[in-house]
Amino acid sequence: MAELLTQGAVWGTLLTIGAFALGTLLQKKTGRAWCNPLLLGSLFVILFLRLCRIPYPDYQASAGLVSGLLLPATVSLAVPLYEQWEALRKNTAAILSGIVAGAVVSIGAVLLLAWAFRTDRAAAVSLLPKSVTTAIGADVSAELGGIPALTTAVIILTGIFGNLTAQTVCRCFRITDPVARGVGIGSAAHAIGTARAMELGPVEGAMSSLSIAVAGVLTALLCPLAVRLLP
Amino acid sequence: MSYIFQFLRILVFCFLGEILHALLPLPIPASIYGLALLLAALKAGAVKLEQVKDAAGFLIAVFPLLFVPGAAGIMELGPLLAEVWLPVVLAVALVTVLVMAAAGRVTQAVIRRKEARHG
Repeated sequence: MAELLTQGAVWGTLLTIGAFALGTLLQKKTGRAWCNPLLLGSLFVILFLRLCRIPYPDYQASAGLVSGLLLPATVSLAVPLYEQWEALRKNTAAILSGIVAGAVVSIGAVLLLAWAFRTDRAAAVSLLPKSVTTAIGADVSAELGGIPALTTAVIILTGIFGNLTAQTVCRCFRITDPVARGVGIGSAAHAIGTARAMELGPVEGAMSSLSIAVAGVLTALLCPLAVRLLP
Repeated sequence: MSYIFQFLRILVFCFLGEILHALLPLPIPASIYGLALLLAALKAGAVKLEQVKDAAGFLIAVFPLLFVPGAAGIMELGPLLAEVWLPVVLAVALVTVLVMAAAGRVTQAVIRRKEARHG
């Protein structure tokens, strides 16, 4: 029996989808934004693994079917982008300015935090690419002497936080233009934020998708320079 | 049946992305190459929208689910997070708000300036 939970090929996928489905049900029941299926689902998975004393790598291997879809899903973002090509073409300069501002603020603010807290170098490097997609962020972190697992965790937490607060932030800062909202959400909270941007509207979703790609590449280019400014 | 062909097309672009990632010495992941190539193919008309739309829509709809296995990896970081929790919390909460506000406001300002100029 126990082997089913260590060597089996399905239980990890089953646990992942089951936990996420439970989170979705709870969100429907309570109607609260913080009852986010990704947040709750991840907590349920951690709880289950802890209770059953299953090592994380065993789960990770068995849930490969789910995480393996990240690559085709990211590539699929080309479709909403193509459908909103007009909005993109008309606002190229504005979009690029926004993404550059976002990437500079993200890296600059993490540098300030590292100085303020005298953060350990490896931890500080791990935080630098925190706003971009895990595919880019984890590689940047590993390349520059960070801790990729910490970077992945911080990126996902950033995404969930951005997803939950996107509407509030846009309202507080009076960001009403759909293109600007998409750029803001995608630059700050990558693919997880984009899930929320898609709910706000097709233009928001497409601009958020675009920002994942551009902000990611820009951050990968800026981080090697930023590392030199660390304490 | 059409789903099979649609997934096949998307996976071909994933694979092309992986090939470029392996060949080119740039800090760009396979997923971004794949995205750019599929967008170019759609623009060039080599791939029609209907030939990928349903499968892509499905994958985008389940996007948040796909992050659960990675997010659960946070359980491995207990002792490390205990050491740096304050900068981590500030980076996640405060910096995310600042970035969203900066990127959104700058984009909006440039759009409005252009609109004002063109009347």
